[in-house]
Amino acid sequence: MKGLRRALDRIKPNFAKGGRFEKLHSTFDAFEAFLFVPDKVTFTGSHIRDAVDLKRTMSFVVIAMMPPLLFGMWNVGSQHFLANGMETGLWQNFWFGFLQMLPIVIVSYVTGLAIEFGFAQARGHEVNEGFLVTGMLIPLIMPPDVPLWMVALATAFAVVFGKEVFGGTGMNILNPALTARAFLFFAYPGEMSGDKVWIVDKPDAFSGATPLGDAMIAEVSKIPSPMDMFLGFIPGSIGETSKLAILIGAMILLFTGVASWRIMLSVVVGGLVMGLIFNLVALNDYMLIPAWEHLIMGGFAFGAVYMATDPVTAAQTLKGQYIYGFLIGFLAILARVFNPAYPEGMMLAILFMNVFAPLIDHYVIQANIIKRRKRWERARVKADLNNGFKEEAHV
Amino acid sequence: MSAELKEKDPMFSLKNRRLVSAPLNRDNPITVQVLGICSALAVTAKMEPAVVMALSVIFVLGMGNVVISLLRKTIAPRIRIIVQLTVIATLVILVDEFLKAYAYNVSKQLSVFVGLIITNCIIMGRFEAFSMANKPWPSFLDGVGNALGYGLILVIVAFFRELLGSGSIWGYPVLEKIGLYHIGYENNGMMILPPMALILVGIIIWVQRSRVRELIEKN
Repeated sequence: MKGLRRALDRIKPNFAKGGRFEKLHSTFDAFEAFLFVPDKVTFTGSHIRDAVDLKRTMSFVVIAMMPPLLFGMWNVGSQHFLANGMETGLWQNFWFGFLQMLPIVIVSYVTGLAIEFGFAQARGHEVNEGFLVTGMLIPLIMPPDVPLWMVALATAFAVVFGKEVFGGTGMNILNPALTARAFLFFAYPGEMSGDKVWIVDKPDAFSGATPLGDAMIAEVSKIPSPMDMFLGFIPGSIGETSKLAILIGAMILLFTGVASWRIMLSVVVGGLVMGLIFNLVALNDYMLIPAWEHLIMGGFAFGAVYMATDPVTAAQTLKGQYIYGFLIGFLAILARVFNPAYPEGMMLAILFMNVFAPLIDHYVIQANIIKRRKRWERARVKADLNNGFKEEAHV
Repeated sequence: MSAELKEKDPMFSLKNRRLVSAPLNRDNPITVQVLGICSALAVTAKMEPAVVMALSVIFVLGMGNVVISLLRKTIAPRIRIIVQLTVIATLVILVDEFLKAYAYNVSKQLSVFVGLIITNCIIMGRFEAFSMANKPWPSFLDGVGNALGYGLILVIVAFFRELLGSGSIWGYPVLEKIGLYHIGYENNGMMILPPMALILVGIIIWVQRSRVRELIEKN
């Protein structure tokens, strides 16, 4: 460790102002901050410095993504061997999924980080840690069979148009990982939906439809048992299948205070309310699915825990978070049941509400301002009246 | 006196040439003035309709500017918008009928968008901003210049949308001929959808502003 520190200190002057590689200083800073805690302190003014900086926050999210990631690897292998009628053990499944997953993760990180470093370099900004989370989320919401060049293209699109054009991490309107998925969903629908893409090397005779796919074509009877869907023994995007793993991740996020419990709760409530409305209307088989079962189908849980709670793109005000989350859940189930073109409504619901989050915040703040102004005016009127009485008493 | 001097302005003086060249780059109607976006989204999925659209707009705007410029002293200011609309509508109907007669397929592809040239903001904008106050010849050049600037962006956007979205250029399947599909390439369906045209226009604006830095707004 000391050797590394010394090596860094030795080459550091080259990247300082006036040094030989002055232009590359943001790249150097990024690596130094990644390897060691940055030693920068503020000298002027008083700032509250919290130990939970961006790097720490992002690391917690990455840790919270580990359960779905590990389960996803196992499930990719399990589904593949199951479809091909082979009996395999735990490690064999896991190893197959790991090999399938690794290139996707590497492609996503390499593409995204290369673009982030490029932009930071060109603008003279510092590279920040935002992409550590996005780069892991992108593989988790891809079908296991996705071609690698598509991952690269979608990542590039998402980082450039979802994030960098708005000014980089913290300034983006849309969730970059979902932007990547939405891009692929509209650009290459054949690789992102249907029943062929959810199992690696699926034999033609085997039905590889996800529960949502079955429900969409009114084959509700084919939906796997709730226990299977909860534990995740179903085909689907890599990270979304196991609700148990996602629940563990949600616990980590909530315990560390990284994600907003208000958003998670209200997304679930929104989904349940819409589900119950459909149960009451009950026009077709799909509407008869119990409301709670919607929560463990498709990407609803994954979106609620990892996507909707993205602190940059979600509503910032506390009241706004309830509205924002509720509408996500509500719209997701609505799109899911009503629109045959979009079997999974969660992605579009979250992106849609991302766009509306600033508007919600604006009105919540305005309402607060109006409320406080009224209170102040009432107090003034009261004070005036009191003064008036006093003056009369004097006369 | 100054009017006398202007009279002697040569036909292709620097000023007149600027009228044509400025809208191609730093005064572009789409990327700088941000006018005429709607049709840029609608007709650029393929090259052919985009080029036909561009030619139609060149005709309508060039001729319209001349007509308005000739009429400019007789139009009562209060009813000028009505007069302008009548002129545009006449020219657009001419174009529409011409396309129906000689290029029926393209005319069907463009469908309502030929008629909607009437509402293209660039045309009204040039009438109001230029030809109501200038002589016919500069007005003609201004009209053609702006329409060319509009057409240029249309053709660039259409080129990329057709190449990446349908894998062809002017209907010729380029990507299939060079065998890109065999190695797993697929057409990008998003390119066919209008939002991608908006993003492409955004990229053009980005490229242009990083080359012509004085276009960057400061606020």
